[in-house]
Amino acid sequence: MTTAPERDLRTDVTPLAPGAPRSGTTFLGLPTAPRGVGHLRGDQSFPEAARTALRDGQLRANLGHATSTIRRKRANVVGEVPDWEQLRQAGKAVKTATMARLDEHLVELERQVTARGGVVHWARDADEANAIVTRLVQATGADEVVKVKSMATQEIGLNEALEDAGITAHETDLAELIVQLGDDKPSHILVPAIHKNRAEIREIFLRTMQGVDPELTDEPRRLAMAARKHLRERFLRARVAISGANFAVAETGTLAVVESEGNGRMCLTLPQTLITVMGIEKLVPTWRDLEVFLQLLPRSSTGERMNPYTSMWTGVTPGDGPQEFHLVLLDNGRTAVLADEVGREALHCIRCSACLNVCPVYERTGGHAYGSVYPGPIGAVLSPQLTGVEDNASLPYASSLCGACYDACPVAIDIPSILVHLRAEHVEAQEKVTPEAAAFRVLAKAMSNPRLWHLTQRVAGLGRFLARGKPTMPAALPPPVSGWTRSRDLPAPPKQTFTQAWAREHGGRR
Amino acid sequence: MKVALFATCLVDTVVPQVAMATARLLERLGHEVVVPPGQACCGQMHVNTGYRREAVPIVANHVRAFAGAEAVVAPSGSCVASIHHQQAMVLRRAGEDGLAAEAESLAERTYELSQFLVDVLGVTDVGAYYPHRVTYHPTCHSLRLLRVGDRPLQLLRAVRGLTLVELPDAESCCGFGGTFAVKNADTSTAMLTDKMANVLSTHAEVCTAGDASCLMHIGGGLSRLRSGTRTVHLAEILASTEDAVTPNQTTKPAVPA
Ligand code: SF4
Repeated sequence: MTTAPERDLRTDVTPLAPGAPRSGTTFLGLPTAPRGVGHLRGDQSFPEAARTALRDGQLRANLGHATSTIRRKRANVVGEVPDWEQLRQAGKAVKTATMARLDEHLVELERQVTARGGVVHWARDADEANAIVTRLVQATGADEVVKVKSMATQEIGLNEALEDAGITAHETDLAELIVQLGDDKPSHILVPAIHKNRAEIREIFLRTMQGVDPELTDEPRRLAMAARKHLRERFLRARVAISGANFAVAETGTLAVVESEGNGRMCLTLPQTLITVMGIEKLVPTWRDLEVFLQLLPRSSTGERMNPYTSMWTGVTPGDGPQEFHLVLLDNGRTAVLADEVGREALHCIRCSACLNVCPVYERTGGHAYGSVYPGPIGAVLSPQLTGVEDNASLPYASSLCGACYDACPVAIDIPSILVHLRAEHVEAQEKVTPEAAAFRVLAKAMSNPRLWHLTQRVAGLGRFLARGKPTMPAALPPPVSGWTRSRDLPAPPKQTFTQAWAREHGGRR
Repeated sequence: MKVALFATCLVDTVVPQVAMATARLLERLGHEVVVPPGQACCGQMHVNTGYRREAVPIVANHVRAFAGAEAVVAPSGSCVASIHHQQAMVLRRAGEDGLAAEAESLAERTYELSQFLVDVLGVTDVGAYYPHRVTYHPTCHSLRLLRVGDRPLQLLRAVRGLTLVELPDAESCCGFGGTFAVKNADTSTAMLTDKMANVLSTHAEVCTAGDASCLMHIGGGLSRLRSGTRTVHLAEILASTEDAVTPNQTTKPAVPA
């Protein structure tokens, strides 16, 4: 009896469907986040978008100021925890173990939430999730909802979907409100309006808030009071709230939202109906696991020892808080990420934003250049995996691989290694040989054969004639070298290489 | 000790004086230096650009070239980091388990220059003389992947005549990042500009580091601005003595080559 040889997916070069994740144990064709809905794809490549953003002096100043402040705060409060590294490794271990049995934990979560009076919905992707939430809101008869700041609902474009159904969504997180009123896009996962300064915020409030005091100044307290007045009306009026979740505890069916302002808690307690949209990776198996993350998260994100508000709820409690609770569990490409043995670590993210704040690329380009609601280092590894790497092919390259993100990440996600892995996934997904690939192949041939390599070095050395005796090469060279020479001089190659010189000196021909 | 010098592809081809300085320094400290002629590249550029399959024969060549070496030293934090963190992984992924094991054991014997001097040889004063005002940029891979810590600073502090000035915001990336410098040239330039502003604020004559690649980037920018501040590899500074100091290390070796 003979069986057909099995494809070894680690070495098989046959292209998979474009954008499909490929690596060791991937089974083929897990669905990624669909196109045409949500905010995971930009309309420009990262280098193009960055070129525009880098010219924005105000953006650079605002971001430079904000990120350096928060970096300092974080470093201080992390530095005072003697066992931070152990805590970090514990966080990583809990996440790794959870992901390994995610299916079982999810079913347990569903069982517990249901037993405590909640209703669980499973959404394969953004379209399904939007449809479920819209249907649920319509069933209450409400035509407006208040929202707790949530990345998942930004990811799927829920506000737009609700708007299409005639339902107005009011963002209640201060920064998210600024973005919404300014008809802008979030540029940071924790502080969506980080790219705006006080003066700009004042201007947005004056322009868009009905009944705002025309004498409003840019004093932070005055701005907060104006937002408070604006929001208070909506809190008291709202019958439906929509939230995300930082954590869900499978063993108890408890959901948790961690925040600074208390606006989230207003949403979570006042309305009659609460709908929570949560990525399936956000759960932890046991209540005790929260101990680790509630220490890691605030110090890493806002640089606080403890965040002001941690709201937890378990199903519904008669006569107290929302009487109807729905949990929408969102996949939208996450199972595809889980299938990639290198990339899956990105699912450990607790959205603290420390990696954004320490990233030298993010600090200069801002979040919009990434084209996704997930910017910065985590965005560069998460967005391409959720959408399929070909739909976000420039993002894995949007990093100098300096490693600051890995050092800062409270759950020790090795972002640089995932970036490098995704670059390879992109390269290996090409069906045609690109000029770059051809060049790298030729170079690889040369670099693996000493004789060819010495010949290549000699040819490269001829470049010195272009310099015509000067120590540097001409500034105007053809692409791709022009990418270098536009801003940097290139030294003229020397007459002889080191190995040549050494061999001469030591008597061999080398 | 018999030390095999891995020049790295960039240093060998573009800034040979850095490898020569490394060799002279090690010889001056009483060690025998050999330069395995089969060496080419560690494979890092291929791996980091996404060509990990193409990198396999490059890594294999590297492992072959240095087989049997007692200790390998390279004047580059980045290449040594790749040898430590990437080579075996790349080979293993390609199913080359035997070679991967060899790469791992070679990695254990491979050192970045400052780590070799301080940890293996146990010296911080290498007897160098370098009468210049110098600032030190800790390159990302030596800082975060190899954790060289303050070893380069210990070495620099012991250099006679050298005035060491602290670089503000030293630990932020210079923006080189291999092919990042070309693929994301604008962002890379923005990062470089901030690095140069910090370098220039120190009024140092020389900016030094343990990686020729980052120095080529920073130095290329400083040279384009005609700033007058030059970049010189740590090895060149450590190789300099009263008998062999030249003022323009960027174009002439600190030691007669
Ligand atoms: S990847 Fe790590 S550092 Fe970045 S947001 Fe997620 S948890 Fe925080």
